[in-house]
Amino acid sequence: MDFLLKPFQYEFFTRAILVGVMSGLLCGVMGVYVTTRRMSYIAHGLSHAILGGAVLTYVLGLNFYVGSGIWGFGAALLIQYLTGRRVYSDAAIGIVTTACFALGVAVISTYRKFSQNFEAALFGNVLGVSPTDLWVVTIVTVMLLGLVFFFYRPLLFWCFDREVAQVQGVPVVAMDTLFALMLATLLVVTLQVLGVTLIISAVVIPASIARLLSNHFGFMMLISGGLGASISFTGIYLSYYFDVASGASVVLLSTLVFAGALVWTNYRRRAKRYDLPLHIDHS
Amino acid sequence: MESLLEIKQLTCGYQTQPVFSNANLTLYPGQLSGLVGSSGSGKTTLIKAMLGLVHPWQGEVWFRGKRLKPGAPPPGVGYVPQVETVDWNFPVTAEEVVMMGRYRAQNFLPWSSRRDRIIAGELLERVGIAHVAHQPIGDLSGGQQQRVFLARALVGNPDIVLLDEPTSGSDLHVQHELLHLLAELSQQGLSVLLSTHDLNSVATHLPWVICFNHGIVCQGQPIDVFTPETLKQTFGADMLVMRQQDRIIISSDATTLLHELKNSLPPALQQNSKSL
Repeated sequence: MDFLLKPFQYEFFTRAILVGVMSGLLCGVMGVYVTTRRMSYIAHGLSHAILGGAVLTYVLGLNFYVGSGIWGFGAALLIQYLTGRRVYSDAAIGIVTTACFALGVAVISTYRKFSQNFEAALFGNVLGVSPTDLWVVTIVTVMLLGLVFFFYRPLLFWCFDREVAQVQGVPVVAMDTLFALMLATLLVVTLQVLGVTLIISAVVIPASIARLLSNHFGFMMLISGGLGASISFTGIYLSYYFDVASGASVVLLSTLVFAGALVWTNYRRRAKRYDLPLHIDHS
Repeated sequence: MESLLEIKQLTCGYQTQPVFSNANLTLYPGQLSGLVGSSGSGKTTLIKAMLGLVHPWQGEVWFRGKRLKPGAPPPGVGYVPQVETVDWNFPVTAEEVVMMGRYRAQNFLPWSSRRDRIIAGELLERVGIAHVAHQPIGDLSGGQQQRVFLARALVGNPDIVLLDEPTSGSDLHVQHELLHLLAELSQQGLSVLLSTHDLNSVATHLPWVICFNHGIVCQGQPIDVFTPETLKQTFGADMLVMRQQDRIIISSDATTLLHELKNSLPPALQQNSKSL
């Protein structure tokens, strides 16, 4: 037992586990919107754009969360604006996010004094979270889950059929803005767990597993959130014993679970097919 | 009778290209109308303008005596979009889709009230698909999906329902069932406007027709409106029109016309007309 609880004797590890679980839960829940609205690329691009904001806020001496959050939100709105102006959505994402990312790289190459922080931003450094980070992640988790709860119906309708949602009275432009804000906030606060390069996996993989297991949007959110939290916990925990980067451990574990779910659902589908009667009763 | 929805001198377009111009149309409570025209004639844009989804370049849309603000569809209007516009792999059940139509009447809680479920269940029963209420929408047939959308448009108890190509892609039997249902609803006071390019279904089932080709060509009862001249103006091609007592059969070529004529016969007579 002592062997199993050994990692928890370090305060930094306990903090990492807590932040990891909350981030996994949030990414899992939000990932259902991202995947069902086919927005994976925008989420991936935004995480890169946020790096530019993170570097700028560091150089200007601003608060990381506020600066990067505003930057990410601005990038999301700019993508929306360009998409409505005869620019293809994937092209708009490519233009805005790579420009923001390049700005970050340019500032880093000029200052040349925060290579370690840059690496943490790229690949995550969950073991380096401070008590303040823990508070921020906790507050944001409560806030975002609250928004998902209170806006469940309009967001679901907006996600499924934006045009008819508008006819039925859903304020779709407000929903666009709200979701951009939620996504930017999610990516900013969870960046330190997996980093810019890996964060998309926490958003997309649990939601994709949930889609394999459920045909119901609400259940998908529960499954995806639960999986995100438990995979983050297990991944970070195992990284202690296997001595691998915690971000990579979480991503590899979630990929493994996805592969398992894929095999299992395929097996179930085939088994069901064999259970069907071979003749059709026309009576 | 007081009008329900009225468009006055309406012109709409995208970017620099007008789609239709100077359209005037009045719809009344309980009116069942068909909007016919070829693909790309602007039917969908007209419907979206009536809903307030498209900003008009010129002109006005009035609903229940109030001028419509673009971008703010009013309560009391139901809309059934083309089925191709929807992601059928989306993880929702038929009942959940219908429940979306209750948005204006619902509270902020994520789960549905008992009352909402009862109302949605009654609507599904009325359109004949209560047995698939808990199935994912992707598992339903084309006709059932169309009915789910109709139920969603009706569940908010609207005064008018606008349907964009509701019969496209469905077989004859499904088309007839849907048109009978719409006729029944209009008799109960609901105003219905549906767009289609299936002229024979319109001629058989709808009492009022609006021919549309980048503007309103003409409108009236099918027997008056469907003439070779107006159909050429509407579709830009020569059409054959066969009048048979109070029935009209329309086609672009003689072989299809004979085929349509044969299909319109009672089953017993169809057996004897194999040589047609």
